Amino acid sequence: MTDLPRTQHIIASGLIAAVGVTVAYISFTQEPAQAYLFPRMISSVFAVLAIWTFGKALLGRTKVGNGLSAEAMKNMLPGLIVMLVYVFWAAKALGFYTATTIAVFIVISLYDPAPHGAAKTWIKRIAITAGFMAVMYGLFALLLNVFTPREVFF
Amino acid sequence: MDFIFYMGDVFTPVNFALLLLGTVGGLILGATPGLSPTMAVALLIPFTFQLEPQQGLILLGAAYTSTVAGGAVSAILLKIPGAPANIATTLDGHTMALNGQGAKALQVSFLASAVGGIFGVLLLIFLTPVLAQWALAFGPSHLFWLAILGVTVIGTLDSSSVVKGLLSGCIGLWLATIGFDDIMGAQRFIFHSSLSGGINVIPALIGLFAIPQVITMLTKGRKDSGAEVITVQRHPIGAAFREVFSRLRALSIGTAVGSIIGLIPGVGGQIAGLVAYDQSKKFSSESEKFGKGHPEGVIAAESANNAMVGPSLVPLLTLSIPGSPTAAVLLGGLLIHGIFPGPDLFMNYPAVAWTFIDSMLIGQILMCIFGLFIAGLAAKVARVPHAVMAAIVLALAVFGSYSVQNSMGDVYVMATLGLAMYFLERFGFSAAPLVLGLILGPIAEANFIQGSMIANATVGLGPYFFTGALNWLLIAIVVVSIGYSVWMELRQRRYTTKDDAVAKEESLT
Repeated sequence: MTDLPRTQHIIASGLIAAVGVTVAYISFTQEPAQAYLFPRMISSVFAVLAIWTFGKALLGRTKVGNGLSAEAMKNMLPGLIVMLVYVFWAAKALGFYTATTIAVFIVISLYDPAPHGAAKTWIKRIAITAGFMAVMYGLFALLLNVFTPREVFF
Repeated sequence: MDFIFYMGDVFTPVNFALLLLGTVGGLILGATPGLSPTMAVALLIPFTFQLEPQQGLILLGAAYTSTVAGGAVSAILLKIPGAPANIATTLDGHTMALNGQGAKALQVSFLASAVGGIFGVLLLIFLTPVLAQWALAFGPSHLFWLAILGVTVIGTLDSSSVVKGLLSGCIGLWLATIGFDDIMGAQRFIFHSSLSGGINVIPALIGLFAIPQVITMLTKGRKDSGAEVITVQRHPIGAAFREVFSRLRALSIGTAVGSIIGLIPGVGGQIAGLVAYDQSKKFSSESEKFGKGHPEGVIAAESANNAMVGPSLVPLLTLSIPGSPTAAVLLGGLLIHGIFPGPDLFMNYPAVAWTFIDSMLIGQILMCIFGLFIAGLAAKVARVPHAVMAAIVLALAVFGSYSVQNSMGDVYVMATLGLAMYFLERFGFSAAPLVLGLILGPIAEANFIQGSMIANATVGLGPYFFTGALNWLLIAIVVVSIGYSVWMELRQRRYTTKDDAVAKEESLT
């Protein structure tokens, strides 16, 4: 059904099978047994289905899933790095509003098809970021009273 | 006739203002390519924390209804379906727009959506109390099987691969067991401090539905969508009315197909639209005009995808089994307000339940009125570049997840699950069964433990869970849904699957 390289499916289903087997192992070895009754049922089915999927991938009989093309991976990588840094470090270290402003501006600048050379493009990007952050501040800080980490500036 | 009794509650100033806000916002969000109704509703949940339960539900229900209808705007004017449910609308709607009939296509689509939507909500109104009454007889074993049924039906019908669908459901059920066990107080699968309280449903829903779409938008790189918005000429609304109601066959087929498909858990709006379009074409005396800008194509598709909205909530409100991913998100919205849907809902919270349902009925009419007048504005929103949309959705996902419990742990869980879901989707796994597993896991486990205790004190585990007409019926449905899907898969799924719908959407965009 798909011309996706078999290795991608093997790696993905192999990882899932590893998780399934680990979950089953933990469920059947941890105490108290009563607390793991339901997880044991679930993890048994989980492990069997995961191993089945892995086996099918090994045999090259996977029929669904388009996998990831090299172009898609190349395109998503910069944005993904920004996202991971923003979520797992910057949001807490710099404060939500500062980190979000920077992340939104970088993502827009990285993926906006408009030419980077034109001053108008940058003004537009700054305006969009500022406008959006004003709305976010109004909504979350003033309307919903959500107290987010504020380390730098605001 | 409780729904008439509570109708007045919809028109209190705050409730009506929220209904208007949800309707207009939903139309605009729906018109934006890349924002699915499920994701829009998931992102809106944090905004309902400070509202009363019925107010929050009115906002979420209005957004759900309107995003489905609003998706027609970009489908018609840009040839990009605003939501998967609008794929079939693109086929004739965009051709009509190219032929200078953009306004007519939009008007016809909103009118057909309203007719289908109203019929669907009426089904919800009349079926729900009957089913709720019946569901009162359910004991722990039945509720356990119902939860398993919810996961397996969606796992098999919503996925392109039965095994991967069931595997997604198992992953969701396992995720639901993370945290402290309710009976023994034991810690289970806590690999990181962020997981000590278990996985909160709302950040998980936001992550599972929003982050994969953010990453999908990023994979497009710096490419311009290339889609050109077609200018809309004026068209008299009266003529659109006559057009829709003179094509009763397409309208009836769309409404009937949408309503039936809506009642089946796991079969989404995209399938409803495509099946209705296909059937309407088969029964039309002008079938050769389909695909060349025929209004019947738009009428069938749009009436179907909105007719499924109401019935898709029937299993949720009566049995606490969400019939669709969006219904699962709505369940999350109910749970955060401490309301657990099910047979008792209409006895314990009649005002919440009926006001919500009534608001959906009024919402359909408002959606039609606003849709007819603000389609032009919505079309402008449809042109928002994917870079801006990705950045906005990411920021909303982070803020929304954090605001649930003011916890960074929830943000980490949201991002991790979202990232994992993106890769899982690329390999044929589906978010819907995973979400259902996550939501129904605690219900299944609680009823399994409760049932085990009763069984040990009475007839024993086997007879308690495997005997009785209702247990047999539920087990039979589980087996039949799996068996049917396996059979169809073996026959290479010669019917419209989610994969076909996704492939069609990808080819269009």
